[in-house]
Amino acid sequence: MSRKRPTIAIPPSEITPPELFFDRRRAMQLAFAAGAAAGLGRADRLFAAEAAAAGRFKAPRNAALSISDPPNKWEEVTGYNNFYEFGTDKTDPAANAGTLKPSPWSLTIDGECEVKGRFDLEDILSKMPLEERVYRLRCVEAWSMVIPWVGFPLAELIKRHKPTSKAKYVEFKTLLDTKQMPGERTRILDWPYIEGLRIDEATHPLTLMVVGVYGRMLPNQNGAPLRLVVPWKYGFKGIKSIVSIRFVEQQPRNTWQVANPGEYGFYANVNPKVDHPRWSQASERLIGGSLIARRRPTEMFNGYAEQVASLYSGMDLRRNF
Amino acid sequence: MPTVDQRYRWIYKPLVFVACAAPAAYMLGGAFGVIDAHLGADPVSEIIHRCGKTALNLLLITLAVTPLRQITGWSHVLRVRRMLGVFAFVYALLHFVAYFWLDRGLDWRTVGEDILKRPYITIGMLALLALVPLAATSTNRMMRRLKRRWQTLHRLIYPIAILGVWHFWWQVKKDIREPLIYALILAVLLGWRVWHGPVRRRLARAAGATSTSAPATARERT
Repeated sequence: MSRKRPTIAIPPSEITPPELFFDRRRAMQLAFAAGAAAGLGRADRLFAAEAAAAGRFKAPRNAALSISDPPNKWEEVTGYNNFYEFGTDKTDPAANAGTLKPSPWSLTIDGECEVKGRFDLEDILSKMPLEERVYRLRCVEAWSMVIPWVGFPLAELIKRHKPTSKAKYVEFKTLLDTKQMPGERTRILDWPYIEGLRIDEATHPLTLMVVGVYGRMLPNQNGAPLRLVVPWKYGFKGIKSIVSIRFVEQQPRNTWQVANPGEYGFYANVNPKVDHPRWSQASERLIGGSLIARRRPTEMFNGYAEQVASLYSGMDLRRNF
Repeated sequence: MPTVDQRYRWIYKPLVFVACAAPAAYMLGGAFGVIDAHLGADPVSEIIHRCGKTALNLLLITLAVTPLRQITGWSHVLRVRRMLGVFAFVYALLHFVAYFWLDRGLDWRTVGEDILKRPYITIGMLALLALVPLAATSTNRMMRRLKRRWQTLHRLIYPIAILGVWHFWWQVKKDIREPLIYALILAVLLGWRVWHGPVRRRLARAAGATSTSAPATARERT
């Protein structure tokens, strides 16, 4: 391994241009897909595939809902991931996620709603307003990164499917396929990965369905082709590679809560005053190459107290962790 | 043909020294960008984990010396044991320094809180503190001065190794496969001592045997 590492003195503000890191092989695959789509004569698909091959989303930044901190580097965002479906080390997903086939992809939307069915992700995306938002990702392991996501508000999608009055919660599921996700052969967690939100959390304007990062299609290790990002909650709420969205009446049992109910709850709101049983949540280490860690105090609701605190008024956040 | 003394002095001991120092040199090289040591996007936690794991590896290797000697009859491997043990202490200390300095920026208040409030850090700290007298008495002079008490003191290595593996196990989020391997190896190394020490002695006594090799071995055992 003689690849020269960037020296540690580079501040994260000096973002590596993603062009340098865009996977050439994937670009060629996409170009091939574009050719295949042309053969089928599906103009809309051709357009989408071409856009993907060009590797860019036309997504204007939503500055009002973005933080102004400098984003982490592309290789930090795509090389340091928790995605146990591809292994439990932070570098495993980037190394192993090549087996995932994010296209074509379909999404089942059902349960307590009027418009149910299985939908082609491309069709969904063609109707959704894509935008870029810079959010801080605060992991329950007490580190954080700043990431420029591309996505659409989950509320936009929910609206189109007309949830009924019985839809109190939304349950999300990751793909279950041991061929594409070899980590699902282990028994480390109950597969498939499940997450849930209360319906008012799911329809909150900050809640984002993400399809890209840095203006490009989501790399597999980041949860391609569709993932959830809830910026005021710990990172594990951000379920990846979603194949099912279901409106339900009962509170879903999310995977980490099932795995260890004493340490991980349903809400998982970022809260510096409620420690993890084994470590403090009062501060967080900023990811990014620096040899002496830069830390920052963790903010209530990850800095979104003004927008979301009212969702939890009257609730004991120590019990509902 | 060099004597055993010469071989240890000029070949084996320097080799063990280099092997023990290599992980630290590798990390330093990576930290300053001289080599690609794969420290990744979160070099601080990577350095903390590598130091801790190297300390555990060396503890287990140190504990493997006695069984190795008794199984193979290579009585002279004992000569590298103290160096292995001292390196285990050095890496445990680096592990703590990396956490206290690189991660916490020398904020003694939050580190003190962690040590008191987080059980897995408490037991890790206990293990490190217990290693201090062992490292401090690892010179030839201290060995001579303490005589038999040296052996008694250095049996602290057993609870230290148990605390160390427990500390590793406890900080893992979900995937316990790796700490489980450490625990199994430790169980074999400690179990071997129990079997070849008290158990065999008692069996020998029960059988009324007068002079088997077991009691002699047990006395040599450290």
